[in-house]
Amino acid sequence: MRPFTYERARSPAEAAAAAIRNPGARFIAGGTNLLDLMKLQIEVPPHLIDVNGLGLDRIEGTQEGGLRIGALVRNTSLAADERVRRHYGVLSRALLAGATAQLRNKATTAGNLLQRTRCPYFYDTAQPCNKRQPGSGCAAIGGVTRLLAVIGSSEACIATHPSDMAVAMRVLDAVVETVKADGTTRRIPIAEFHRLPGDTPHVETALERGEFITAVTLPPPIGGRHFYRKVRDRASYAFALVSVAAVMQRDGTGRVALGGVAHKPWRVEAAEAELPRGARPVTAAILDSAKPTHDNAFKVKLAERTLAAVLAEARG
Amino acid sequence: MKFDTPATNNPIDQLKVVGQPLDRVEGPLKTTGQAPYAYEWQDVPGRMAYGYILGATIAKGRIAAIDTAAARRAPGVLAVVTHENAGPLGRGQFYVQRFLAAPEVDHYHQPIALIVAETFEGARDAAGLVRARYVEGRGAFDLAAQRDTAPVAQRAPFGGPPETAVGDFEGAFAAAPVTLDETYTTPDQAHAMMEPHATIAAWEGDRLTCRTSIQQMNWGLRDLSLALGIPKDRIRLISPYIGGGFGGKGTVQSDLVLAALGARAAGRPVKVAMQRPLMFNNTIHRPATIQRIRIGATRDGRITAIGHESWSGNLPGGRTEPTTLSTRFLYAGANRMTRVRLAVLDLAEGNAMRAPGEAPGLMALEIAMDEMAERLGLDPVAFRILNDTQVDPEKPERPFSTRPFVECLRVGAERFGWSRRSPRPGAVRDGAWLVGMGMAGAIRGAPISKAGARARLDARGIVTIETDMTDIGTGSYTIVAQTAAEMMGVPLERVVAKLGDSSFPETPGSGGQQGAPSVTAGVYAACTKLREAVAHRLGFNSADVTFADGEVRSGNRAVPLGQAAGAGDITVEDSMEYGDLSQRFAQQTFGAHFAEVGVDAYTGEVRVRRMLAVCAAGRILNPKTARSQVIGGMVMGIGAALTEEMTVDKRRGFFVNHDLAGYEVPVHADVPHLDAVFIDEVDPTMSPLKAKGVGELGLTGVAPAIANAIYNAIGVRVRDYPLTLDKYLEHLPALA
Repeated sequence: MRPFTYERARSPAEAAAAAIRNPGARFIAGGTNLLDLMKLQIEVPPHLIDVNGLGLDRIEGTQEGGLRIGALVRNTSLAADERVRRHYGVLSRALLAGATAQLRNKATTAGNLLQRTRCPYFYDTAQPCNKRQPGSGCAAIGGVTRLLAVIGSSEACIATHPSDMAVAMRVLDAVVETVKADGTTRRIPIAEFHRLPGDTPHVETALERGEFITAVTLPPPIGGRHFYRKVRDRASYAFALVSVAAVMQRDGTGRVALGGVAHKPWRVEAAEAELPRGARPVTAAILDSAKPTHDNAFKVKLAERTLAAVLAEARG
Repeated sequence: MKFDTPATNNPIDQLKVVGQPLDRVEGPLKTTGQAPYAYEWQDVPGRMAYGYILGATIAKGRIAAIDTAAARRAPGVLAVVTHENAGPLGRGQFYVQRFLAAPEVDHYHQPIALIVAETFEGARDAAGLVRARYVEGRGAFDLAAQRDTAPVAQRAPFGGPPETAVGDFEGAFAAAPVTLDETYTTPDQAHAMMEPHATIAAWEGDRLTCRTSIQQMNWGLRDLSLALGIPKDRIRLISPYIGGGFGGKGTVQSDLVLAALGARAAGRPVKVAMQRPLMFNNTIHRPATIQRIRIGATRDGRITAIGHESWSGNLPGGRTEPTTLSTRFLYAGANRMTRVRLAVLDLAEGNAMRAPGEAPGLMALEIAMDEMAERLGLDPVAFRILNDTQVDPEKPERPFSTRPFVECLRVGAERFGWSRRSPRPGAVRDGAWLVGMGMAGAIRGAPISKAGARARLDARGIVTIETDMTDIGTGSYTIVAQTAAEMMGVPLERVVAKLGDSSFPETPGSGGQQGAPSVTAGVYAACTKLREAVAHRLGFNSADVTFADGEVRSGNRAVPLGQAAGAGDITVEDSMEYGDLSQRFAQQTFGAHFAEVGVDAYTGEVRVRRMLAVCAAGRILNPKTARSQVIGGMVMGIGAALTEEMTVDKRRGFFVNHDLAGYEVPVHADVPHLDAVFIDEVDPTMSPLKAKGVGELGLTGVAPAIANAIYNAIGVRVRDYPLTLDKYLEHLPALA
């Protein structure tokens, strides 16, 4: 950990302005990811802007009939919220599939979206990593890749996004609300929020410098049965090999997104038309451009079989 | 005291305290945070400084230049130790690794510097300012690539002979009507104990005191003396509480050497805890193996030929992983061979981890036995019973001291409901789960070594035992106290057990599951001497004295025990030494493991549903702590079966998943109800306690029982550990 300066922000716009004033600054909320990364000198921010005092910890109904989730709502509170459990079960299940109770008590909604990859080469500062040190190369490509991306990766990076929550947000068409230093706000659809690595894998989201997440909104409930199926090597406290978030309607139509396969939650809306025909055509369409490695090719088959498990449960 | 004839009746056989399922005597200290672990001591004289280890970032080569100027200038930095200022360093006797790259780098994360500062954070920050330039060399990191060229290992002090041959294996195997010839692999595994390697080192003149975390004080003393080039009698090691070791803390690791060097350089006591992300590539681990097993049998299932060849790799001069050990003893068969080959690999050192040799060896052998039973059309339990032997198969004139292996198998099968297993794989379905049962036999050597203890009686009747034995979470404190209580006829509360100090009488410490039998025999010897001294002091004829209920009795006289020390403490010391019983008898522990698993028919996820271990290890000194050891071994076996693997980057030469997020040990959700039972037996050839250790037996055989259960569930045989779902997903039943 490098020495850093610290301030408490008093408003979202002020937080954004402070980030502009201090190049390399990071917002800190729960700190469940950032502090670990700082101890390992993977993140070396010269300045931390503590946003915990900003409120933003409420879940409110929107005029459209959806929910607005404050950026600082803790994962535990979000998973336990009655409206979330009743109408957005996929989100509650995804949250509870992640981390541990202790971590979920600290981790925030915005922080969960912004957590960084768990690629082991990203975590080892002795290894080249374009995400950690742009232009240094990618040690993972050609190395140990069993847990890494099968689709949407690039010559520069094959990391995955580790969040479970974000996969559920993607299937629910959530929208990320932000404020910039000048006070202007914008709404970023979750589909556009996380980026593919391309040749700039260190740029992970659509956020501009200083831009601060204030909330995540969910559209009005879409009904259906909600599923989040996370497959991992051990029963708990591990990141997904593959996860499936799905909302299935009685008529066999539905929505599905995959986690653990790409640099972002992976959803191909066009593929959902195949849902009534079963897991194989849907997965084939979702992952048609997959370029897995020898070590992670199983994820393609696993995605299909996991979706099949979800569809069987939906039928049952 | 010398033990050279099988034990007869003695005070231990009263079993008033020994053999009782008593709580750990140090338990309240641990659960209330009052037991100081190595990094936590507050009573060290002088102002504490903090050390941070910097590891090499190449796997092989040398340091061309190391620039520590910026680190030295950083706030609060007191010293930076590198090969340029450390002075000459030796190696220990048991590990071959060097404690500092000097300047050759032997493996990834080998220490290149220790930064000492006023605070931990300051040392850590300054470590990031050290600049090392390397000249990289070419290393070898791929065991499989050396399968054809690795030579037969040299004979070494541990692990048995590298080659054995009895009868005509090749001829018998070729002639056998039913045969198996398969290859199995086990991965590099980490001890992953909860407490990292940690030391507080403090010098007073040329005398060094280290509060540390190691399992064997005598080896620690020897190896630290060799490393630093100072006499043993100027070193004191204190290690009373250890947060797990599993063999990874057998003796000196780099935290201990570097803390001593850092304290000398800084002129202050220095504490060093090895950072978790360094542990995997820096310290020893259980090395990966490739194992070829050949079994030939008659059509009715009698083994006529059994062969086991094994490959592992290590740093130059390192040890083998002696996987063939158990194959030499477990099953009958007139024609036998074993061979161990050793490749040179430039990964971190391979060395002892819980049941070295036997654990990975049985991971292979006991799948092979399952496969062979199937080829023969025999039940796996019946096939093992059919091939039991009551004599050492290599030396039929040498019997086992005790061998209730068949009883373990029969009791286990009965308790587990083995008869309900479907012999046809893939036949049992429970909703989305494919359900299977598997079992495996277990064998683990029962060594015992010379161990000493000091016993002191004071006027209050308190018996204090001092020995350098350690308690790595196993229950040593408790069985030491139980032994003394039984011998002296006092309740457990009247005994104080003091362990883990190199100034106490020597024992072999915690390792090789010999700690419990060895130390209790040493305590027996010391207490025997104390009884004689007490009788003498009280003017009793020692031959007809009894010690019971806090009294010393002879004829119609009864005197409170403490009265013997009324004129001053009585202190005696003795050790137990051994004759040739271990040559005359094959001394082993035995077990049978049973597992039921569910495999998700869609995703291939495995959940262990229940497990049973039946163990035979002589007299069980404390059924509660022994059970804890066995179920701990079973948890470790779940990890070995399903998840644990240090993955090698064969280009860059290091274990990639070098933290507890990437190296997946079982979590609570992976561990179902575990049942562990013991066969009621005593082994008089071991010691007056008639006991053997159980700590390593609890692990051996667990992983293959689970592997066999997975096969029984899905009908797909996986021979490469861990059995992660990617290895069989393609072969699961097609989806509807």
